[in-house]
Amino acid sequence: MKEIHHLRRMTTVWVIASVIVDLLFWFLVGPHVPPGRMTNMASSDQFDFNILFVIAIPVLIGVWIYLGYTIVVWSAKRGGPEPVGGEAARTNRTAQVAWIAITSVVVLFLAGFGTVELMVNNGSGGGEGPNPVWSPAGAAKAETAALAGTGTWSPNSGQVLPVQVIGQQWKFTYRYPTFGGFETSQLILPDNTTIAFNVTSLDVTHSFWAYQLGVKADANPLINDVAYTATTQRGEFVVRCSELCGIWHGAMYNYGHVVSPQAFMTWAQQTEAANAANTKLLPAFAWTYVPDANGAAGGYYPDGTVTPYSRAEVYGAKQPVS
Amino acid sequence: MSTVQEPPGGLASDHVDPIRPPLTQRPGLFSQHLGTAIIGAVLGYALGHWMGNAIASHYPYIANSGQNAIADALGLILGVAGWLLGIGALNYPLAKLAGRQPEAEVEVEGWSKYFRYSTNHKTVGLQYVVGVLLFMFTGGLLAMAIRTELLSPTTHVFSPDTYIKIVSEHGTVMMMMATSIVVGPLGNYLVPLMIGSRRMAFPRIEAFSFWVFVAGYMVIFSALPYGGFPTGWTGYAPLQTQAGPGMVSYLFGFAVIGMGMMAAGFNIAVTIINYRAPGMTWSRVPIFVWSILATAALLTLATPTLFAAGVFGLLDRTVQTAFYVTEHGGSSYLWENLFWFFGHPEVYIMALPGFGIAGEILPVFTRKPLFAYKVGAAGMIGVSLLSFFVWQHHLFQSGINPDMRPLFMLTTELISIPTGFIYLVGMGTMYKAKIRFDIPMLFVMALYFNFLIGGVTGVFLSDVPVNVTVHGGFFVLAHFHYTIMGGLLFAFMAGLYYWLPKMTGRMMNKRLGLWHFWTMFIFFNLTFFPMFIIGLLGQPRRVFTYAKNLQGLNDFSSVSAFLLGLSFLIFFANLVWSLYIKPVKAPANPWDSLGLEWQTVTPVPAHNFDRIPVVLSDPYHYSEENAPAVADLGPASPPEEPTLSGVTA
Repeated sequence: MKEIHHLRRMTTVWVIASVIVDLLFWFLVGPHVPPGRMTNMASSDQFDFNILFVIAIPVLIGVWIYLGYTIVVWSAKRGGPEPVGGEAARTNRTAQVAWIAITSVVVLFLAGFGTVELMVNNGSGGGEGPNPVWSPAGAAKAETAALAGTGTWSPNSGQVLPVQVIGQQWKFTYRYPTFGGFETSQLILPDNTTIAFNVTSLDVTHSFWAYQLGVKADANPLINDVAYTATTQRGEFVVRCSELCGIWHGAMYNYGHVVSPQAFMTWAQQTEAANAANTKLLPAFAWTYVPDANGAAGGYYPDGTVTPYSRAEVYGAKQPVS
Repeated sequence: MSTVQEPPGGLASDHVDPIRPPLTQRPGLFSQHLGTAIIGAVLGYALGHWMGNAIASHYPYIANSGQNAIADALGLILGVAGWLLGIGALNYPLAKLAGRQPEAEVEVEGWSKYFRYSTNHKTVGLQYVVGVLLFMFTGGLLAMAIRTELLSPTTHVFSPDTYIKIVSEHGTVMMMMATSIVVGPLGNYLVPLMIGSRRMAFPRIEAFSFWVFVAGYMVIFSALPYGGFPTGWTGYAPLQTQAGPGMVSYLFGFAVIGMGMMAAGFNIAVTIINYRAPGMTWSRVPIFVWSILATAALLTLATPTLFAAGVFGLLDRTVQTAFYVTEHGGSSYLWENLFWFFGHPEVYIMALPGFGIAGEILPVFTRKPLFAYKVGAAGMIGVSLLSFFVWQHHLFQSGINPDMRPLFMLTTELISIPTGFIYLVGMGTMYKAKIRFDIPMLFVMALYFNFLIGGVTGVFLSDVPVNVTVHGGFFVLAHFHYTIMGGLLFAFMAGLYYWLPKMTGRMMNKRLGLWHFWTMFIFFNLTFFPMFIIGLLGQPRRVFTYAKNLQGLNDFSSVSAFLLGLSFLIFFANLVWSLYIKPVKAPANPWDSLGLEWQTVTPVPAHNFDRIPVVLSDPYHYSEENAPAVADLGPASPPEEPTLSGVTA
């Protein structure tokens, strides 16, 4: 009986199927893969996902074809020749070396690719903690000025806009240090602008997930977790908490908007003016805040006349009114 | 050197002290069994709770909060101690402490032995089968509740409070179950048989690990009457610190389960290293035993971290330490690091035994030798080692160590190389085979299908940029259900269908088995595959509500989950049918396996082998002309000289 070239058959089907599925994916599905292209980080996350998927497809299809072929051709029910045992069936140096070599090359490529993407994209929108190792030009300057209360931002200036995200059970609020440090529950961002999110928490660990912006950073009490993104499209985006933070974790979401730089400027200035009286009552802008008295774990914010929280430096200064 | 083995009959006392005679076994109702264990637990709990109230109820922070965590913790601690005293787990060490000659544990005949402190590894294995199935059943019911709530984003079956506690309980129970699901039942039952031993190295430790495992089950369920805990199975601080008294059950529950895991781990490792029969060299050890050895190493080395983490949390709650309280000098990152330092090796504790089962079953049903055996064994050891270097990939967005991210991305992706070896072994073994698609083989095929999806999506998660989108969402949820349930649980089912005939002497019903397999395989994929899409579309984990446009996918997933639950009912029905209602006696070797465990008679005698076998070859010489015998079991024939090289002690 003529020897059937099983591997050649499978390889042919595998190559054809992989190329077709990869092309279909790349051109039809890829451009629509979350998180979309609303920011540079979102675009790079989408690009990375698509590259990984294009590499994953041949792996998946290869194993599936092999398993399918096994079921159809090498089933005991179909008869066929008896299998051969012995040493030849136990090892095949070529197959083993090739397998290890190919998987190693793929894995090392993926690790290298991921690392380059992570560095080139300034942390890819992930929380980098209080001392980011990869940051966009101008970010450090803007952050330093923001903390000192001397930060400025104007449309089309190319300046980085620092925004503080404060997670608390069960909502996010936002402070804009370049506009007097007002606090609001609305997240409005200007288009074509690099944003430095400074994420912290007043109680338990939350995670700030601005889905379409390609940003995710855990909000920890007493930690400033910094993540960058640069807006490229206008529109609405959703913010969800993606770290379990208690009973109402599921309801901890809101919507933000990327608007034109001029519209943002107008909104920011109006909100700063409208909130001026409230802003005076807030603690001075700081990267982190300590809840008074019993602290994060205690879960209550005493001294109801002023503020629910205070700067880390003045922890202990205000005690609950009994 | 040859292996030292005890004579048949198990743990005979070394000698009898003439001055202090051994304690005598009390007969009948007055002996120790599950009943006395329950009485011990209740009395212990009552005593502990009373002590806690007497000691601490006047402390200001307890009086003000109305929560006496000290009483809760002491109640549970003494409850577990009472449980262990009641079952007889402490008889031996206490007698030794008192300077008396401890009595030997005597195996009781009949079904009641399963409710006692048995040091027979086969009894413990079957106890574990029931134990893990009980865990799985209760965890599964909770999963049904979760999917019921997620049928609608706006109409709620449970309050958010109840829902999050159901989610937390489900995750914790399932994780606890999954750590022991193979090592407990199959590891304890089969490892001595596979390596030609009459017993485990430390039979009392083995029994201890089981009864502690059951105690852990009760402790984690004690969270429910305490009001549950809201932290998920990951128990992150500060939410942990903020939570109510149910958190005590979580923290202490993990510590208790941890004790059982450590005990089981080093017992099995010592057994495999020291109790191999003559001729059972490392290159002849069955691949399943390799997987259990790699798992035992992880159980022994990773679990102490979990134990310590749980105890620290307990101390934070009871005596006001501040390990995890940031504003008092502790750190919530400490919990995250400790938890995942255990938690990631844990993931492989739940994967490796599945690979071992697949490797063991494949040659039997393909009628071919195991391909690339050494690569497979090396892969398991490689996974085991690497698994200690990947834990921070759970914390990519946490704000810790951004400069370490490329390293943890690399180590995490590297682990797919040794994991890939398992596919090389499987696909190589299937090559040009003549496969019998019996039920165990079907489950193994399903494992290869499911775990591939789980593994490939794991690479997406390990890529830091992609992780930004998929971390903390349903994508992760789908990923780990594909690896743990799609991998380990399918392997466990393969193992049960394959080895239950040996363990029980009964064949499982094939028709029901096929129904079980196909429903489980189809509805597993229909339940969890949509979750990848749900996650990519932005649904975070552990939420009771979600975007309206995701309702279709969620409903699809829920309905599939109910049908998946039904498939488990078919399995339980099959168990009852095949073991009790219409039992069919199993042939001595129903699958024509060469495995040493199948060479003993069924039911396996108490001492396993009349004579310690001399192992002559590995058990994978299928379809080989003039294949050597696997072992010399005969009482008279002396071992052949050449095979004794490398005999172990």
